[in-house]
Amino acid sequence: MLSLNNVEVIYNKVILVLKGMSLQVPQGKIVALLGSNGAGKSTTLKAISGLLKPDNGEVTDGSIEFMGERIHHRDAAEIVRMGIFQVMEGRRVFEHLTVEENLIAGGYTRRGLNLNRELEMVYHYFPRLKERRTQRAGYLSGGEQQMLAIGRALMAQPRLMMLDEPSLGLAPLLVAEIFHIIQRINQEQGTTLLLVEQNANLALQVADYAYIMENGRIVLEGYPNDLRQNADVREFYLGLSEVGQRKSYREVKHYKRRKRWLS
Amino acid sequence: MELFLQLTLTGLTNGAILALAALGFVLIYKASDVINFAQGEFLLIGAYLIYAMVVQFGLHWTLGMVITLLIAILLGVLIERLILRPMIGEPLISVIMVTIGLSSLLRAVVSTIWGNLPQAFPSFIPTQAVQILGAKVGADRLWAIGIAMLMLLVFNLFFSKSKEGIAMRAVADDQTAALSMGISVSHIFAWAWALAAVSAAIAGALVANIVGVGPELSNFGLRVFPVVILGGLDSIPGAIIGGIIIGLLEAYTGGYIGQGLNQVLPFIILILILMIRPYGLFGKEIIERV
Ligand SMILES: Nc1ncnc2c1ncn2[C@@H]1O[C@H](COP(=O)(O)OP(=O)(O)O)[C@@H](O)[C@H]1O
Ligand SMILES: [Mg+2]
Repeated sequence: MLSLNNVEVIYNKVILVLKGMSLQVPQGKIVALLGSNGAGKSTTLKAISGLLKPDNGEVTDGSIEFMGERIHHRDAAEIVRMGIFQVMEGRRVFEHLTVEENLIAGGYTRRGLNLNRELEMVYHYFPRLKERRTQRAGYLSGGEQQMLAIGRALMAQPRLMMLDEPSLGLAPLLVAEIFHIIQRINQEQGTTLLLVEQNANLALQVADYAYIMENGRIVLEGYPNDLRQNADVREFYLGLSEVGQRKSYREVKHYKRRKRWLS
Repeated sequence: MELFLQLTLTGLTNGAILALAALGFVLIYKASDVINFAQGEFLLIGAYLIYAMVVQFGLHWTLGMVITLLIAILLGVLIERLILRPMIGEPLISVIMVTIGLSSLLRAVVSTIWGNLPQAFPSFIPTQAVQILGAKVGADRLWAIGIAMLMLLVFNLFFSKSKEGIAMRAVADDQTAALSMGISVSHIFAWAWALAAVSAAIAGALVANIVGVGPELSNFGLRVFPVVILGGLDSIPGAIIGGIIIGLLEAYTGGYIGQGLNQVLPFIILILILMIRPYGLFGKEIIERV
């Protein structure tokens, strides 16, 4: 559905940040993009969604294709209309707008949108937003703001939703709740997901396939189960030492995963 | 009592017109952070356009008003497109200088087309005096209040209910986030300039109807400053209430204390209020969550 081939991104005409980035996102799947701070994950998403411009960044080489069309020269509004929606890092809700107004803004590109039905659909996934529909978004808790940011994306009914670190700064219980909802959205709405995370442990639990990036390019990729067995991943991303003792993270739960990927 | 009513109605008329002029200013500031020093010239152009339609072309004022508004929309969009858009990313001060330049340019265009002499023209809105609780006021003033209030109501509905209105406020809040949901920021800026030109043109037409047209109408541009600073630069209700407060203050000081002082008093009140509320009465508070 989405494929990046050797993409290069330069900021301010001089700073080379993506150095030949390639990845594939197949329709209907959840693909995780992992990596530590500064690896270039957000830059990758912005290159796809056309949001590099306000940051003075530019795709200078390679290609980005979505549903068979090259999109890296299109502007952000056009890309949203093609069905790609990026939920930006840090939630970025419109603080002075109410919850419901935020959602309406999310559905901006939809023609002939049945507003009430779409709002109900979002409230069905996030009942807490319904309780707070007339409140200003700036006064929501961090978790609620993240829900609102995802709800805004749902309003656009994208084919591909890209989430930039949805777990950032949230309590573990909330993160689990949000990840669960993300999975449901993938299954029930058929939305393809590209999930950017630093929290590898969690992301590997929900993803069908994962890429690990460092310093502007992919260094490792594979199915979550295989990556979990990889010594480097265990050490650097899951916080497990080679002997298998726990370091800082809880022991990785072994998930019985249908390999839908292969079938 | 009669004098009081008289002054109140005069104040409300001026206040409503000021509020309309201020509204456009707030719109542009809210959406794009640009301080538009050409707002008074928008009003001037609105006044001359309606003069041209009604007096020079002999159209009925309703038709004249429609054409005036269409030209205002076009003007707003063109200015955004040709003058402001190339300035995106430039320092704010340069953008502000550009709007100052724009104001001189527009004033020059007006004086080239219509000359520099004030022109009276027969009021197109009925002017016969109406008795209200013993005070006599021109019906045109009541019309002005009514039309201004109606416009403010329409703008308010636009911002709270319509998709474009909500998108405009979203852009004011976070441009990049708005862009990420497919809201075209330049499209929204064009809307803001068009609406600013429209509200100023309506204000201009209302003023022209009461006092005629002349180059000094652009002074309204300066009178807008106490209004918007009082109400909060980015607050639409603030523009309305600020306009009415300043309008009434000017009328009362003019009537009870003396002409001359009424030009100064708004600024004195302004300073007092800002000492208590630095963001203006309704300015956007910075939301901080705990
Ligand atoms: N607007 C920008 N201008 C210049 N450099 C930037 C800009 N945004 C990000 N970078 C640099 O690009 C690199 C990757 O950043 P980013 O994509 O945000 O990483 P991640 O999301 O993986 O933490 C970092 O070194 C960062 O300093
Ligand atoms: Mg990032």
